[in-house]
Amino acid sequence: MIQVVLPTNLQILAGVGRVLQLDVSGQVTQRSVLDALEASHPALLGTVRDQVSKKRRPMVRFFACEEDLSDESPDAPLPDEVATGKEPFLIIGAIAGG
Amino acid sequence: MSKVRVLVGTRKGAFILNSDASRKRWKVEGPHFAGWEIYHVKGSPADPDRLYASQSSGWFGQVLQRSDDGGKTWDAAGNQFLYEGTPGPHKWYDGSPHPYEFKRVWHVEPSLNDPDMLYAGAEDAALFESRDGGKTWAELPGLRTHPTASEWAPGAGGLCLHTVLLDPRGSGRIVIAISAAGVFRSDDSGKSWRPANRGLRSNTIPDEDAEVGHCVHHVAMHPSRPDVLFMQKHWDVMRSDNGGESWREISGNLPTDFGFVIDVNANDPETVYVVPITSDSHHFVPDGKLRVYRSRTGGDDWEPLTNGLPQKDCYVNVLRDAMAVDSLDPCGVYFGTSGGQVYASPDGGDTWAPIVRDLPGVLSVEVQTLS
Repeated sequence: MIQVVLPTNLQILAGVGRVLQLDVSGQVTQRSVLDALEASHPALLGTVRDQVSKKRRPMVRFFACEEDLSDESPDAPLPDEVATGKEPFLIIGAIAGG
Repeated sequence: MSKVRVLVGTRKGAFILNSDASRKRWKVEGPHFAGWEIYHVKGSPADPDRLYASQSSGWFGQVLQRSDDGGKTWDAAGNQFLYEGTPGPHKWYDGSPHPYEFKRVWHVEPSLNDPDMLYAGAEDAALFESRDGGKTWAELPGLRTHPTASEWAPGAGGLCLHTVLLDPRGSGRIVIAISAAGVFRSDDSGKSWRPANRGLRSNTIPDEDAEVGHCVHHVAMHPSRPDVLFMQKHWDVMRSDNGGESWREISGNLPTDFGFVIDVNANDPETVYVVPITSDSHHFVPDGKLRVYRSRTGGDDWEPLTNGLPQKDCYVNVLRDAMAVDSLDPCGVYFGTSGGQVYASPDGGDTWAPIVRDLPGVLSVEVQTLS
């Protein structure tokens, strides 16, 4: 199972806790993780990435294993630690304001 | 016995305020959607337990919420607002062409007789329609593709479609307002549109009485007289007696004719309320005094209403969708401030009291009269 950490506003929207466990089939990539996230929690459609273009929203970031993966290809494999569930895939609201 | 339910959208969530018909003892529920901007919450006239809320965030975009039980529980509805075709540009603040980009829904307007049908006024300016309770949305593109649309420019809040008035006669007439393009009217349920700004004068545009380009802040209508419209413009309070074909100024003796809200007493279509704001650079009330002004003559002659409102050291604003009236007799009047106060008057404005004082900044106020 893949662990996905959501920011507070999306936890409230989806009615879930901070960490979600997702079953992701096939290669574990940003795209496959977000596909699984949106399929299991449709309230999140459009909040992390655009519903049509599938581009990440400008003020959303993706972190994992102490790396910023936001600008990686959505089809690039995520680190093994994420794919094996040892480390979470973090969805972050970008820091803005004081 | 009748009850009232006040629906409040704020910068950090939605609140629901309930009272019996006395409108003196209130129960405050919320925040719903804590942390999110709630631009507007409104109930269906056809089913008062059906509520819609526009929820948005600069980080996570637009969500449209729906409740089927009067706001006790909510579910995310559809939030795919796509402009039809390839949208052309509008004018940017400096006059240069700027591509249309969907940012948020400012206003939701449920149909008068079908709880599953509603309209959404968006920034950048467009009108969307849902016929399935908010699950799916389609643009009514005749508005955004009007020949004048490339000349529309944003107001300080953005190029927002913030007012949607549905004609209760079932004629298919819809009146909308865009800041800063002006008023547009459709007589065929939103297929085609024409500007309805004759008589407006704005010194913020090169041609002061141009067909479009006016920063209309809000428009109100009494359901018994849908051809009579009242407008708070950036500057000037205006009136139309012919469905927007032409307008005349009714600012009269107001201390300033800048402001955002305007509304009409439910029991007297000639009784109108505004909250004058000092100026477009001073977005707060004049002289540190929060005063609602009431005209009982359909404009021109205005009286300040101050009983129960702070009359010193008050520097709040009241935004365009943040005033509403109930349909009891005497009429209740409600408004919310940028300082987080929501005030109620159970007697048409003669006396006021805060329902709640310390909410996040109020973006919108609507009220439902429940039997």
